[in-house]
Amino acid sequence: MDKPFAITLDVGSSRANHTGSWRTERPVYLDRTPPCATACPAGEACQAWLYHAEEGSYELAWRRIMEDNPLPAVMGRVCYHPFETSCNRAQVDEAVGINAVERFLGDLAIEEGWRVTVDAPPSGRRVLAVGAGPSGLSAAYHLARLGHQVEIHEAGPVAGGMMRFGIPTYRLPRAILEAEVARIVDLGVTIRLDSRVDDLGVTMTDGGFDAAFLAVGAHIGRRTYIPAGESARVLDAVSLLRSMDEASTQGLEPPLLGRRVVVYGGGNTAMDAARTAKRLGATDAVVVYRRTRDRMPAHDEEVEDALAEGVLMRWLSTIRSADSGKVVIERMELDETGFPQPTGETEELDADSVVLALGQDVDLSLLSRIPGVEVDDGVVRVGPDLMTGAAGVFAGGDMVPDERTVTVAIGHGRTAARHVDAFLRGTTWTPPRPAPAVTVDLLNTWYYADASRTIRPVLDAARRRATFDEVVGGLDASNALFEARRCMSCGSCFECDNCYGVCPDNAVIKLGAGGKYEIDLDFCKGCGICAHECPCGAITMVPETS
Amino acid sequence: MPVQQIRFYQTGSFAVGNRLLDPEQRSVQSDEHRTNSLTSGHRACQGCGEALGARYALDAAMRATGGRLVAVNATGCLEVFSTPYPESSWQVAWLHSLFGNAPAVATGVAAAFAVKAAKAAARGEPVDDVRVVAQGGDGGTVDIGFGCLSGMFERDDDVLYICYDNEAYMNTGVQRSGATPPAARTMTTQAVGDEPGNPFGQGKNLPLIAMAHGIGYVATATVADLRDLEYKVTKAMGKRGARYLHVLVPCPLGWGSAPGLTLQVARLATQTGLFPVFEAERGEVTSATKIRRHAPVEEYLRLQKRYAHLFSPERRDGVIGKLQDQADRNIARFGLLDGDEAGPTAGPGATVTTGPAATRDEEIR
Repeated sequence: MDKPFAITLDVGSSRANHTGSWRTERPVYLDRTPPCATACPAGEACQAWLYHAEEGSYELAWRRIMEDNPLPAVMGRVCYHPFETSCNRAQVDEAVGINAVERFLGDLAIEEGWRVTVDAPPSGRRVLAVGAGPSGLSAAYHLARLGHQVEIHEAGPVAGGMMRFGIPTYRLPRAILEAEVARIVDLGVTIRLDSRVDDLGVTMTDGGFDAAFLAVGAHIGRRTYIPAGESARVLDAVSLLRSMDEASTQGLEPPLLGRRVVVYGGGNTAMDAARTAKRLGATDAVVVYRRTRDRMPAHDEEVEDALAEGVLMRWLSTIRSADSGKVVIERMELDETGFPQPTGETEELDADSVVLALGQDVDLSLLSRIPGVEVDDGVVRVGPDLMTGAAGVFAGGDMVPDERTVTVAIGHGRTAARHVDAFLRGTTWTPPRPAPAVTVDLLNTWYYADASRTIRPVLDAARRRATFDEVVGGLDASNALFEARRCMSCGSCFECDNCYGVCPDNAVIKLGAGGKYEIDLDFCKGCGICAHECPCGAITMVPETS
Repeated sequence: MPVQQIRFYQTGSFAVGNRLLDPEQRSVQSDEHRTNSLTSGHRACQGCGEALGARYALDAAMRATGGRLVAVNATGCLEVFSTPYPESSWQVAWLHSLFGNAPAVATGVAAAFAVKAAKAAARGEPVDDVRVVAQGGDGGTVDIGFGCLSGMFERDDDVLYICYDNEAYMNTGVQRSGATPPAARTMTTQAVGDEPGNPFGQGKNLPLIAMAHGIGYVATATVADLRDLEYKVTKAMGKRGARYLHVLVPCPLGWGSAPGLTLQVARLATQTGLFPVFEAERGEVTSATKIRRHAPVEEYLRLQKRYAHLFSPERRDGVIGKLQDQADRNIARFGLLDGDEAGPTAGPGATVTTGPAATRDEEIR
């Protein structure tokens, strides 16, 4: 015994004492689904690509977007960003400008010439896509990357569909669209322009296609009966927007609308038509809509932009008749069910032309000889897998019942591609079950520094009335990084080391960069500080069962 | 303040670490190779604020001194739960003597190392500069060890004394100390009578008493703000002479708060103004941490059963109001709310305090 006076035992470490036995609850790491992922109609994992963007790894971020969406630069401009209103950060300060960052990445990719490749082996199967709009392009892109041979048949003279013929250049410059379409063509997708499919069955047999994805869009402007004098100039918004594109690409004269233009309807197309009329030199562009603003189908952002540019709105009004130089409008009242009812009170409004923006219909003639396809209310009925009643014939975009936006259409293309792929391989595809959602009360927002959203530079309203220049500017590298770093990473660990730091028992093991953490259950007493202090809600406490 | 300001938009200013920061700018606690001065297996209760605070402080002191550190401990929870013979949770050189004499023992340790250094220097050998930290709970500091501590201050001995304040004698069963706040229930200040809980008095505010000694550095901190705590320990270790650091460490057992809410309770103590976080040099306050999300005292009181008698069976608005007055006085006195100066929320993004806080002052005053 070689010990100091009165010492009989060797010194030991308290690590011999496994305090984990005190525990009644244990912390468990989990991923929860952030609201942006649930809300994005295109199925983008916004948070996942923002994670890379936060580090300044822009190419990785872009590649992560490209797994879901082949058109980030387009999407960064035309998406009405429904996910941003759902962003948890909106309840802390302001929502993250995800859309602006996406646009920055999309533009950077075009500038840098980043490309994607087909990594899957060729399947030897052929797929026909009808329509080179957002949905058809998206489906073709995904199917090509899955190894299939894809041919798009497009009735029009250029690819893009409604992105081309429906969205004015001040919202989407054509060079951007063309660059992203070219990237899809480079993957080996064939686009046949001016090839209208009249009979789907014939085209499929002739081309030896194993499956088809239909996305012909809704191009027929809906008309309504308005008693009109012979000299009244009435045209529909779809034709107007289409001729604007033709005018700019083919050097034709833009249509003449006159100085006072009345637009009838309350959707996004009505806003685009009114804003276009302003740019064509109209002094007055008046939107006439039957209901009130809160019932308007147009997105708030478009309405705000239109108002800022001087477009006038006449709520609760319909057009009774049109004649040379004027229209008669009638005041409406909402009944208790919210439906507008005529009041009989009328007034006259000066109008050199009337633009009808009352919605669009789908030309379904190509399906007339396909047995099994059901049509409901002018659109094709599809299952959750987007397959029509005919086996191997899928449909998406504006021709199926859903919201008619580019974002939704791109999402349809992505979803359909997975189902078409499964169909061709004789299997079915089930979307992965999403993890439980993360709401703001599951976050510890103390840890997020307050920082308001970077406002995209907006061209002066007075200036944009006169030109077709792009209205909303982009972010530059420094503020794109700022914006990306505002993402709170809801529900997904981003390695902030909080759990590792705050454990009074050193019972969290840090596994190093990218490896995240592990709980040392020998010593974890189950106090729950790590779960409470996790900024992003990625730890939960689970009762011990034995 | 010689601190580096880094703009942060996601987290990091407030969180323990951040993958976007250079490793040397991250907190000591985010380091996989931190000392873990107080390691696993100690017998502190679930969610113990003191165990956490002690590891935070000593790990930072170990980094600041390059591991040349001796810690002297007063009796109290921290000593009892960490060293049941023959086990020890300490991974630093650690010494315990009596309840009331930790400052005096620390003075002696510092003097011994000073002599060793002087002898080595006289022999022309390399000098091993070993630094001393003394630590204790509020009982050992504001009551039992107060005489020794005051002496240590008065002689300006080269020791950093850290008090982990959990506002009562917890390990013996929650008896009142000089640091127990008014109205709080303890075993010896029961919630009975017209003025239930601890009586309202002057209290014994040791940071202010330490400042009255005119020593070089006095600071307060909490376990809820790791960056601030590490900054202050680092700064203190860069100075010589007597220094005092007062760290608020919630006690789930004695305060009757949920173990998982330890940091939340400490955070609310600062955000209500009840616990002002500040620094002082030679008797003058030099900086105060601004309140970021101002909260009424009730939010803080509600989380703790030691204040339950203020809300049931009937609500005692008078008592709550007096506590609110106390918080408001702190806010006015330390300027905790005027937001013009650079606080964590100033500027377009928040800033973070990182890096070596102060250059080391080699001269012994």
